Amino acid sequence: MRELSLHILDIAENSMSAGGSRVEISVIEDMVNDRLSIVISDNGKGMDAETVKRVLDPFVTSRTTRKVGLGLPLLKAAAEGCNGDLTIESESGVGTTIQATFQHSHIDRMPLGDLAETWLTLLLGSPEVNWVFRYQIDDEIYFMDDLEIKRALDGISFTEPGVMRIIRELIRDGVDSVSQKAKEHTCLP
Amino acid sequence: MPTIKSLEDLKRLREEAQRVRKLKVNEGKTEIVVSMGTVGIAAGARETLKAILNFIEAHNLQNTIIKQTGNLGIEGQDPLVQITLPGAEKVLYGKVHPSFVDKLMQEHVCEGKVIADKVFNPEISADT
Repeated sequence: MRELSLHILDIAENSMSAGGSRVEISVIEDMVNDRLSIVISDNGKGMDAETVKRVLDPFVTSRTTRKVGLGLPLLKAAAEGCNGDLTIESESGVGTTIQATFQHSHIDRMPLGDLAETWLTLLLGSPEVNWVFRYQIDDEIYFMDDLEIKRALDGISFTEPGVMRIIRELIRDGVDSVSQKAKEHTCLP
Repeated sequence: MPTIKSLEDLKRLREEAQRVRKLKVNEGKTEIVVSMGTVGIAAGARETLKAILNFIEAHNLQNTIIKQTGNLGIEGQDPLVQITLPGAEKVLYGKVHPSFVDKLMQEHVCEGKVIADKVFNPEISADT
């Protein structure tokens, strides 16, 4: 996978298979300290310390354990290759938080990719989950909790064409406005 | 910070929801499931799903449910897409790349014709 957004999609899928009903995804670009962090936390069934160790080992995670595939070890390797790291905090019965950090300017850091599309995919593909998205560049923040949208829709499916169009616009505008504003700031003398 | 940028967006969304509700007359729904495990994503499932959504939007398809699911455990066939028309058996397609989506949506979802040579067949794939 050559995009961080695809890794986000992958980890969110793990959160769902762990039974998470609420998943929060934050992408934070800290230009001052030259860090890019991705934090994904869920309220799923969690893992014990032994399992946490196992999901990060590409040679031990096997088909039968099927909790997590090769996605996490690869992301960990990618983060470590960019002066960053990947940490997992998890507790059985409580949930899991995964944080991946990269040196933002590192030449090997994969691009963030199409974050808006990834979020739209999650929102439309798994509407039973409560999604909370945050995209931040320095002080500019886009935050969305889909409960408000679901309330307004009152049971109408996300995938009705007109509804989908509006939601896609909302997410895309939100993500774009953060990058746009952040760009304006850097142009200041 | 509010999820919906302005009251206007919320109003727009609500009006659209009400409009859709009026159209509904308890007809069956078409279900499209895209396999999005690690392998599926790496094989391009997100782009496939995007193409499906674009088709739905462009052709104004009502009553279609999109779902994502984890790895289906079928090797070498990702991206996998399963289509269930109302009252019909589910049909699983393998290697559904974005370039194939328009044809798939048009023929199977809109016209109800199964595209036999792209249907996933476990016997054939076991040999390859």
